[in-house]
Amino acid sequence: MTMTADAPKKDDPAATSGDTILSLNNVEVVFNDVILVLRGMSLNARRGQITALLGANGAGKSTTLKAIAGLLRTEDGEITRGTVSYNDKDITRMAADRKVRDGIFLVMEGRGIVQDMTIRENLRLGAFTRKDADIEAEIAEVYKFFPRLQERKGLAGYLSGGEQQMLAIGRAMMAKPKLIMMDEPSMGLSPLLVKEVFGIIRRLNEELGISILLVEQNANMALKVADYGYIMENGKIVLDGTGAELVENEDVKEFYLGGGERRSFRNVKSFRRRKRWL
Amino acid sequence: MNTSLLLQLLVNGVIVGMLYGIVAMCFVLIYKSTQVVNFAQGEFVVLGAWVCLSLVVSMGLPFWLAFLFSLVFMMVFGILVQVILLRPLVGEPVISVIMATIGLSIFMQATMNWIFGNNAVRFPQVFDQATVSIGGLNVETAYLMSLVLSLVVMGMFFWFFQYSRWGLAMRATAWNQQIAQSLGISVGRVFAMAWAISAVVSGIAGVVIGLVSAVSNSLAIIGIKVFPAVIVGGLDSIVGAIIGGLTIGILENLAEFVDGQYLQIGNMYSVAPFYVLLIILMIKPYGLFGTPDIERV
Repeated sequence: MTMTADAPKKDDPAATSGDTILSLNNVEVVFNDVILVLRGMSLNARRGQITALLGANGAGKSTTLKAIAGLLRTEDGEITRGTVSYNDKDITRMAADRKVRDGIFLVMEGRGIVQDMTIRENLRLGAFTRKDADIEAEIAEVYKFFPRLQERKGLAGYLSGGEQQMLAIGRAMMAKPKLIMMDEPSMGLSPLLVKEVFGIIRRLNEELGISILLVEQNANMALKVADYGYIMENGKIVLDGTGAELVENEDVKEFYLGGGERRSFRNVKSFRRRKRWL
Repeated sequence: MNTSLLLQLLVNGVIVGMLYGIVAMCFVLIYKSTQVVNFAQGEFVVLGAWVCLSLVVSMGLPFWLAFLFSLVFMMVFGILVQVILLRPLVGEPVISVIMATIGLSIFMQATMNWIFGNNAVRFPQVFDQATVSIGGLNVETAYLMSLVLSLVVMGMFFWFFQYSRWGLAMRATAWNQQIAQSLGISVGRVFAMAWAISAVVSGIAGVVIGLVSAVSNSLAIIGIKVFPAVIVGGLDSIVGAIIGGLTIGILENLAEFVDGQYLQIGNMYSVAPFYVLLIILMIKPYGLFGTPDIERV
């Protein structure tokens, strides 16, 4: 390879056009000093848009989000190369709590609800970084978004999966973030609830103007709401395009959406074979 | 049967039990929020007492001022212990952390022996009246103060964890560190704060115990004595720690009564709590108040 590893990607349309809120540049993440999980991951999330990041189990989607949020240390992981920038500022090594203060909020996989606290306490925790917040007014605001949460009493651990997801999103709203990253919000939910959750994601984006980086297994739903999508495999991006483009892509249809025609293995694997030089 | 002695011992039991309760609370606070078993808990208690005593005796400060200063000292001490000793051990195996706190306990014992000496020293007269009569019972003023302070500390703990921003943060950290971090909570600060609070409250307990009996290095045994209280309570429950402490305090004094009046074995006082501990662990291995996890399928 003749190009330097740190050179930005030239063929990525998002990199050259539009206002980028978050960008990853050739990020490499290593766990326990030996396990390479992200191998030159690059992506751009644009302001005011929904960006989807899709991929199979173990591709490194959650690791990507945790790397952005600065949560790798608790798992003995580390960004060894590349940069993460937010609003054109390098935040690769910024502490996790400062990132939240700056407006990046991660809704973790499995919702990350504190189950032995009440719904209100969970919501109050969301506003932890905002000392001067009018907590009562904002909780009322969240309840307007999710009327169902207001009716429920008791510990958050007893909420249904869908309600927990709503609580997690409500808690994210309390932090008044500019960018919400969501790790598989549809996990373990019934199809009807999945629809509801994606509706909420769209409302967050449209009504509150929050940029969203969405990690999903449910490619179908994700590409429907996303403005732009990335597909990752083995720790890097293998394909990207607008939501509409990706839905039409034969490879994506075959691997992620289902219902593609059966063809020879050689043809199907096309995007994996296409070399993507950095 | 000697009813008034029994009553007196029960009152003692409640008062001492409350003290066990708040020391146990310190222990649980650290265990719960930082996953460290603090074997130097007893030394923390003694250190608080020594600092206050020496401020009163050698510097001639009035008691309340000395008390206040010793609490400030304990706060700084707690933070230093966390930052210097335990922060580098984050992520290391439990056994290493336990070795570190045992080491701290030995180090503190030796240092306190060296600085404050080996003898028990009594506080000079602090209260104008040594005893107060309540409903016919003579209660030492120091005991009364102990009771009031214990209740105040418990009330403050309750308020802190229910209503304050950092209290919530501490609970979230206890639940899951990564989740806490994702909410913008600085886990390092929460850890330091847990140690600071624990050290301060230990200091309060130390001063009170010092007032009631006398200050000596052997008081550190309270660190071991609260183990039954902590385990009866369930290791991760603050309310459990208080109830465990009360249980042990009352049991101790009941054992003293039965022993003194009927059995004449001697020393039942210090052994009985551990018998009860064994029995409770056989019946309820997670303690009486160990919080059951909420499991949803």
